[in-house]
Amino acid sequence: MNAPILEVRNLRKYFPVRNLWKRRIGWLKALDDVSFDVQPGEILGIVGESGCGKSTLGKTLMGIHTATQGQVVFQGRDIAKLRPHQSRDLRQHLQYCYQDPGASLDPRWTIRASLHEPLIVHTALKEPEREQRVREILAAVGLPATHLDLYPHEISGGQQRRVGLARILTLKPSVVILDEPTSGLDVSVQAVILKLFLSLQQQFGLTYLFVSHDLSVVRMICDRVAVMYLGRVVEIGETAKVFHSPRHPYTQSLLAAIPKIGGPRVTDTFSLEGEPPSPTSLPSGCRFRTRCPKAQAICAERDPALRADWPGQAAACHFAE
Amino acid sequence: MDADLITVRDLRVSFASDAGIARVLDGVQCGIRAGEIRGLVGESGCGKTTLARAILGILPRNAARIDSGTVMFGGRNLLDLPEDRLAAEVRGREIAYIPQDPSTAFNPVFTIGTQIADLMRWKSPLARAANPPSGRARREADLARVIELLRLVQLPNPEALLRKYPHEVSGGQRQRLMIAMALLPEPKLVIADEPTTALDVTVQAQILKLLKQLARERNVAVLFTTHDLGAAYEICDRITVMYAGQEVEEAPVSEFFDRPSHPYTRKLLDSLPSAETGLRGIPGEIPRLIDPPAGCRFNPRCERASDLCRTDRPPPEPVSPGHMVRCHHRLTEFSA
Ligand SMILES: Nc1ncnc2c1ncn2[C@@H]1O[C@H](COP(=O)(O)OP(=O)(O)OP(=O)(O)O)[C@@H](O)[C@H]1O
Ligand SMILES: Nc1ncnc2c1ncn2[C@@H]1O[C@H](COP(=O)(O)OP(=O)(O)O)[C@@H](O)[C@H]1O
Ligand code: SF4
Ligand code: SF4
Ligand SMILES: [Mg+2]
Ligand SMILES: [Mg+2]
Repeated sequence: MNAPILEVRNLRKYFPVRNLWKRRIGWLKALDDVSFDVQPGEILGIVGESGCGKSTLGKTLMGIHTATQGQVVFQGRDIAKLRPHQSRDLRQHLQYCYQDPGASLDPRWTIRASLHEPLIVHTALKEPEREQRVREILAAVGLPATHLDLYPHEISGGQQRRVGLARILTLKPSVVILDEPTSGLDVSVQAVILKLFLSLQQQFGLTYLFVSHDLSVVRMICDRVAVMYLGRVVEIGETAKVFHSPRHPYTQSLLAAIPKIGGPRVTDTFSLEGEPPSPTSLPSGCRFRTRCPKAQAICAERDPALRADWPGQAAACHFAE
Repeated sequence: MDADLITVRDLRVSFASDAGIARVLDGVQCGIRAGEIRGLVGESGCGKTTLARAILGILPRNAARIDSGTVMFGGRNLLDLPEDRLAAEVRGREIAYIPQDPSTAFNPVFTIGTQIADLMRWKSPLARAANPPSGRARREADLARVIELLRLVQLPNPEALLRKYPHEVSGGQRQRLMIAMALLPEPKLVIADEPTTALDVTVQAQILKLLKQLARERNVAVLFTTHDLGAAYEICDRITVMYAGQEVEEAPVSEFFDRPSHPYTRKLLDSLPSAETGLRGIPGEIPRLIDPPAGCRFNPRCERASDLCRTDRPPPEPVSPGHMVRCHHRLTEFSA
């Protein structure tokens, strides 16, 4: 196996919880001891319930949030504790594509200005070359060149997303963190954009961290997948193995909740008991135990470690087999 | 058959920009019954959000123009209703809206609790009661109702949540909040614009279940905008497909998936990611609405297009009861 392009070691990100008088009364553990490696050229999917820490993970890797503890080794340097301005040269190679399509676009700028900006900041390209690259990428994400003169509020949410994607791709980075890159896009465009990701990946040897809640998409394009629950990776492994034989009870529930057109309605059959606990007051022992159909007494006492007990697959559950 | 709760007829809406005038809705027809869950699916930019905003009377004033049409609801045409009456009687009361982008729906400088309390002052069902309790009793009753709804949408620890600021909760939690807030005034119609787009499947299943339960138990109609055909399959009674500003097919959910009649619907179903077929999109792109193709707007991307398709707009034609299609050469004519 090659040396990993990105190593995440025991990463923690805690947000302070404050009372009315702004005094800290506890911690919200958005990331609570997360470790994994990313191989060059792979697509690693990151899936999990909303609020489980996927975006926090992406933003902490990027330095948008400063890690509370742990290491992020990228191109041989620990960047976990660096502030964005200290890692500007590295950032060109590590790009984050926002979950919120509108957030990365300045409402006062035309689409053209938004797409030129990263090239002005990070490259020495001249105006005509920049314009050419911008037009290539815009066409690649399926937007007509006439959109260059429009403002973000003049295009639909899905179109904004495509502009956001174009903005990242203009810099030709080596690792791209894609936060829900196809949510808001309809299937016919989604397929086109996913194909675009795959062809760009081949062309430039890109590595993707692909944050998504769309398991059928993850299954289609990711080499490996990490399943997160309440700030922790509870299962990680080769996509085919995780989908074929999920080891962790949470992964099993996730797979059971996917709508299957033509099959029985998941809304009639599926039930994951209870409510997700708040990340400010995690349960003792295993964090999934309050909803887990297989929980035993020991689950309240011991926090299960991630066990790599299966070839190409690891899970954090006392009873996984 | 029940009468429609809301009926949209021949709705035409244009947006003006420097590049020209775009006809974004071009003769939309649509009727939704009480308690029905109607899916509205189509590519981004096809006009789903614009239709939702037109019904609510919240199109951007300076850019949008309603060229023709009616939106009948409760015996009146909403398009004729003055803004003050729309705001007082309809919007956020009888018709609630769950917007596509929940992050812009909250003011970042106030806590969630403050914003909900503000909303309750105007939208609480108690405000419409014959003998509304006053002052403190009213606030306590409202608060109890808010907490009940936050629990209903399965937000953990509702009391603590009310003290948080919008940026302190995750996207999914904000979406549940939006749903809870939409339900507060006990509306007859909920317009949910891609409400599960940002959620993972276990939460999506719960939210869809919630919408379904609402429609069934409280006879609330739901206009459910989505690009996710799986989600539409889960809860919709009928599905309407829009393409470039007009509905092209409308069918009961089982017919929609088993016997699609419009070539675009067929292609959409074929685009679903699957291990067997891989990734298949639809070649070409949505037409520019400033100078759309003549005839059927899908013709540049359609394998069946004939000369007729390039000149004449296909009218709506019935396929079977409740199933309508706009296509000169619909699939049932040719293939099984
Ligand atoms: N700036 C912040 N201050 C305090 N808490 C935060 C902050 N940002 C996120 N959180 C909390 O951290 C947890 C993880 O949030 P995050 O946005 O990473 O979730 P996510 O997995 O990306 O969810 P979604 O799928 O809804 O986008 C949540 O409980 C959230 O409320
Ligand atoms: N404020 C606006 N000004 C100009 N054009 C707009 C505006 N809002 C939407 N549009 C255009 O109207 C069309 C339909 O948009 P929208 O209703 O948001 O689509 P959907 O919700 O189906 O993705 C798009 O082509 C979009 O660019
Ligand atoms: S450790 Fe126990 S509670 Fe946790 S997932 Fe496994 S069985 Fe369930
Ligand atoms: S009317 Fe013609 S172009 Fe339009 S969908 Fe039908 S066959 Fe295709
Ligand atoms: Mg997120
Ligand atoms: Mg929309």
